[in-house]
Amino acid sequence: MQWKHKDLLDVSQLSADEVRHILATAAYFREINSRPVKKVPTLKGRSVVLFFAEPSTRTKTSFDMAGKRLSADTFALAKSGSSLVKGETLKDTALTLQAMNPDGIVIRHSSSGAAQFLAERLDCSVINAGDGRHAHPTQALLDALTLSRHWKGDFAGKTVLILGDIAHSRVARSNVILLTKLGARVRLCGPRTLMPPRLDTWPVEVFSDLSAACKGADAVMCLRLQLERQQAGLLPDLREYARTFGLGEGHMRLAAPGCCVLHPGPINRGVEIGSALADSAESLILEQVENGVAVRMALLFLYLTRKSPDAQVMGQSGMPE
Amino acid sequence: MTGTQKKLDLAVRGALWFGPIRNEGKGDAKGGKPRKGGQPQKGQLVDVFVAKGKIVALTPAGSLDLRAAKEIDAGGRVLLPSLTDVHVHLREPGQEYKEDIASGLGAAAFGGFSNIMCMANTRPVNDTASITEFMLDQARKSWPDGPRLFPIGALTKGLKGQELAPMAELKDAGCHAFSNDGRPVESTELFRRAMEYAHDLGIVVIDHCEDPYLAPAAGMNEGEVSSRLGLPAQPDVAEAIQVARDVLLAEYLQTPIHLAHISCEKSVALIRFAKARGVNVTAETCPHYLTLTEEEAAGYSAGAKVSPPLRVKGDVDALLDALADGTIDMLATDHAPHAAHEKEVEFDQAPCGISGLDTALSTTWELVRAGKLPFDAFVRAWTTAPCTRFGLPVNAFAPGDTADFVLFDQDAVWTVSAESMKSKSKNTPLYGRQLRGRVAAHFLAGKMVVGIPSAGA
Repeated sequence: MQWKHKDLLDVSQLSADEVRHILATAAYFREINSRPVKKVPTLKGRSVVLFFAEPSTRTKTSFDMAGKRLSADTFALAKSGSSLVKGETLKDTALTLQAMNPDGIVIRHSSSGAAQFLAERLDCSVINAGDGRHAHPTQALLDALTLSRHWKGDFAGKTVLILGDIAHSRVARSNVILLTKLGARVRLCGPRTLMPPRLDTWPVEVFSDLSAACKGADAVMCLRLQLERQQAGLLPDLREYARTFGLGEGHMRLAAPGCCVLHPGPINRGVEIGSALADSAESLILEQVENGVAVRMALLFLYLTRKSPDAQVMGQSGMPE
Repeated sequence: MTGTQKKLDLAVRGALWFGPIRNEGKGDAKGGKPRKGGQPQKGQLVDVFVAKGKIVALTPAGSLDLRAAKEIDAGGRVLLPSLTDVHVHLREPGQEYKEDIASGLGAAAFGGFSNIMCMANTRPVNDTASITEFMLDQARKSWPDGPRLFPIGALTKGLKGQELAPMAELKDAGCHAFSNDGRPVESTELFRRAMEYAHDLGIVVIDHCEDPYLAPAAGMNEGEVSSRLGLPAQPDVAEAIQVARDVLLAEYLQTPIHLAHISCEKSVALIRFAKARGVNVTAETCPHYLTLTEEEAAGYSAGAKVSPPLRVKGDVDALLDALADGTIDMLATDHAPHAAHEKEVEFDQAPCGISGLDTALSTTWELVRAGKLPFDAFVRAWTTAPCTRFGLPVNAFAPGDTADFVLFDQDAVWTVSAESMKSKSKNTPLYGRQLRGRVAAHFLAGKMVVGIPSAGA
């Protein structure tokens, strides 16, 4: 498949076939990551700017590692070290980056729409590593890879429960779109104060009772609860949240046999997920991290070589499936 | 009639008439006497005669043989009374890079507006006579023949919502209303006292209705689009709750209130309820709430970020109905210019506001043409209702009315662009789009302030 997109802003841009192609490509890179020598020359000579205007450790490290394993040169630009703190606008940062001619920019930003803002102004590929509450497509794709491996590629008829602070979650938004696209059913559960408006326009079932939401679920995806929600008046306190919406082993017994647990991290043990459950066999949390590197390798590969048909054919010929 | 001795200054001949235009505020006094030359009918061509800045006669074309010092051939263009805008932000003093009084009045002149009321949120705030006098002086210097500027004084000092502004001083300096627009008064007690104090002066208070606690995130409607885009948003009840507060206070205190930029159906229902109870309430809405919805923001376009936010189709329909039946009394632009660099940022970082003077007449006339807004309601909303409420000169084309009118080229197609807009700031979601209908000539008190050669100037 010749890749036709310049940017990855959200999974809504992708067809189901394109998603499957990304996952297949990622599976190939996942295999490379298990070799003793994990570096391939695929993106030698190409440069990727990691523009993280919001604190992030795991996503940034994951992209950095993905780029380096493909032999791309990666340059990190954090908000604290950038001119953004000196009052430069996002437009000027974008133009400055553009002038340096990178092949791709990975952006993490606290404003919804920031990735699109950049993509509309730059010729190079823009990959959204999380924009405000809007979208986190690479997280959704790595979650899909994790579930795909767990379910042997079959999403049809599977039920995924996304649990917690949906309103402020870009992970939830992207996952609802992607899981639905792949044929799964999505449930949302959390307090009304942490739910977005007009959920009637989303393709989901909404629950306020966790036990009811878990009944028959094939996977539960916990979201991180930001501690500032309490100060904003959205929650009484963490103790009350944990006893009402914290996922425990008891809930898993209500779920379908083989139900797995995901979490985008970093986790708050004892708040949104019980500590023992996080460490249990049902937990795929660490596999998500591993798959994250593979998915980001696949994305950098597809987006940065989209203008080089030879590279994509060569890449694909070496891939399974 | 050839024997008339009256010295006429201006005759505009062969304009297309959509009338009649009734000035409800003045009762039917002017309508009693039969017009000279007969009553013009809708769709007819008419002649207008002006002397000493006042209308002398409006007659079917060619029916009165009068000569004037200046003759204009209207060429079949639509004859409309000039519009009045009771809600604009002209940014001077303090933010002249966005707009100044000269450029704002220029946009008004070319947009078809004769009377402009400018809000007090300048820097410094218009809360002392010297600021009001400065504004009036700038207006006289830049546009001596108009459009006329009528400043709105601050309701509280510095718009801070803590102490009343010196309203008597502001009134004497020339303020025609008081408002805290842009920063709603949080204290209902202080707002009550402001309404009472203004009432003693015979001045109407204008309120920007927005519960500041329920609506911390201005500029985006809480609904399907905000949910999809993950944007902080405010619900329409944030406006409606404040509308309810204001009309209940106005009834209790027996004082008038004017509600700015009403954007939703819930507010309309509350205003209808208040009017049925005899509350002295008037309300305005803006062209963008009648023509656009929250979908404009779907691509994170900050040009569509405005406070209150663009709502949904049900609200648009309710506002059109309310304008037609008079529940919403008037239109205003809420002209809020912002520089390009201020709007070309992340959506949540952008300031709220739409630059509206250049496009308002075209977009609302389009509603008339589409049958969504009756012609009578259009005229009332842009002319008689605001002028009556705030004591401004009005033209209903009755003898003696101020001769403020435009010749409107209703089929002229133009593109909203940096060149075609007179406002310094081009922040409108309509930027780059094609509109239909433009002002060909604009007369203020009988003087042509905007004209094109083809209008016969």
